[in-house]
Amino acid sequence: MTSMDALKNKIAIVGVGTTEYGNFPQFSDYALGAKAFKAAVEDCGIDKNRIDGLVCCRVPFYARMGEVLGLNPRWTLQMPPHGRMSGMAIIEAMLAIETGAADYVALIYTNIGRSRRVNYGGDEAASIWDPWGFTSPGAAHAMMFQMHQNRYGTTTRQLAEVSVAFRQHALLNPDAVMKKPMTIEDHEEARPIVEPLRLLDYCLINDGAVCVIMTSAERARDLKKPPVLISGVGARDAFSQSSISNFDENFWYAEARDTADQVYRMAGVGPGDIDGLMCYDNFSPTVLFSLEGFGFCGRGESGPYVEGGTLGLHGALPTNTDGGHLSNSYMQGWALNVEAVRQLRGESGARQIKDCNIIQYVAVTPCTRSIIYSRA
Amino acid sequence: MTYTKPLPPVDDLLMQPFWENARAHRLSIQRCEACGDGHFPPSPVCPHCLSEEQTWEPVSGRGTLLSWVTFHRAYWGGFIPDLPYQCCLVRLAEGPLIVANFAGDKPEYLAEGLPVRAVFQDMTEHFTLPKFVVEQS
Repeated sequence: MTSMDALKNKIAIVGVGTTEYGNFPQFSDYALGAKAFKAAVEDCGIDKNRIDGLVCCRVPFYARMGEVLGLNPRWTLQMPPHGRMSGMAIIEAMLAIETGAADYVALIYTNIGRSRRVNYGGDEAASIWDPWGFTSPGAAHAMMFQMHQNRYGTTTRQLAEVSVAFRQHALLNPDAVMKKPMTIEDHEEARPIVEPLRLLDYCLINDGAVCVIMTSAERARDLKKPPVLISGVGARDAFSQSSISNFDENFWYAEARDTADQVYRMAGVGPGDIDGLMCYDNFSPTVLFSLEGFGFCGRGESGPYVEGGTLGLHGALPTNTDGGHLSNSYMQGWALNVEAVRQLRGESGARQIKDCNIIQYVAVTPCTRSIIYSRA
Repeated sequence: MTYTKPLPPVDDLLMQPFWENARAHRLSIQRCEACGDGHFPPSPVCPHCLSEEQTWEPVSGRGTLLSWVTFHRAYWGGFIPDLPYQCCLVRLAEGPLIVANFAGDKPEYLAEGLPVRAVFQDMTEHFTLPKFVVEQS
């Protein structure tokens, strides 16, 4: 198998922009996307007319987004509104830049799910299981966590460690939606949604937008801030059980192992070298599956591993230092990639990881992806 | 009384034989006539060999319990009276996975790997829902 190893440290993220996060019925996707784009352009100091590549994710129509921003790129890609797309999109942009299809790519993600009352289940997400009342990605994750409990004895108190750590980070992040402290008891007493999961195992649904600007490491030197380099990427899809949406009976363990092998080999590092983890957390169990699949702990050992604040800012593996999807913002992986950049630039304020040199993004989903970022 | 829970969509032609078999109290999966692969949910071509020659085959209705969840939220109004209700995930003896409900109340003892068996509940005059009971050992 050929690999992408030759792209190590050749592509950079040079600009990032995020909007406020919350409930904004007054703003369209395009208005939010434009705010994030403007912030990212200012962040890297680029003339926006030099941007010749455009990736739109969850934005309803790429052409309208281009019209709004006055962009006529030579490379455009529309991604569907699925949570797993951010890593995929960043890898696609790498390829476009490497091949010369585009020199500067702006990737824009928008979400107006909160103000428009999106709820991810029922008739919004019709499936063949509807007659039995089985619906929503949360239910699929509840199915998997029940299996994790059965197989490994994992407890909901251990699961709570994930939500509690990310909430503590959100309290250090002025942009985060959630402002209230949370204890393990709060998690245990929260309203059940689809048991064994409770409200505090579910990600937020909020409005907002994110923009990331990428170019080659060489061109990046001429821009405002020190570039953040993409040192490794890995990918593996698992589609054979897709009719049960967001489900895998082995928690995507094989796909995560495969992705881990690729990303660590390309970057030339291992799990022990990671200063901070940005871990896709649509539901708290996904974090446990990710820790096992990427070798931060043994298979089935994520419950004991996260006990005692392992994922906290001062723990062994600071994870989702912005608060993640559970407590910062439901930007479907995009804000986690931005947080990786901000951490490596030293811009994360009260939640800054000390001596931060390598950050890993991980999304364990039917499209498992990982990206390792490092400082130039 | 009108039935207020979701019905199988009438335009899902691929699943129609499954529901017709269920109406006759038979659980069925799709079988490839070319390579013999058994699969469910159905597919327009065999995912193994891509043959379009697919038939429906009644199966034993036996399987093992893989997982289960309890809904405390109703995504359709028709499920509100049932809250909280269970869904279960079963691996059929023939291989494929199916999501369904337990017939009757939630079984007292549940564990991954418990043997289960399909039973059939006529929900309307035209629509029967396969469900599962835990086999008494």
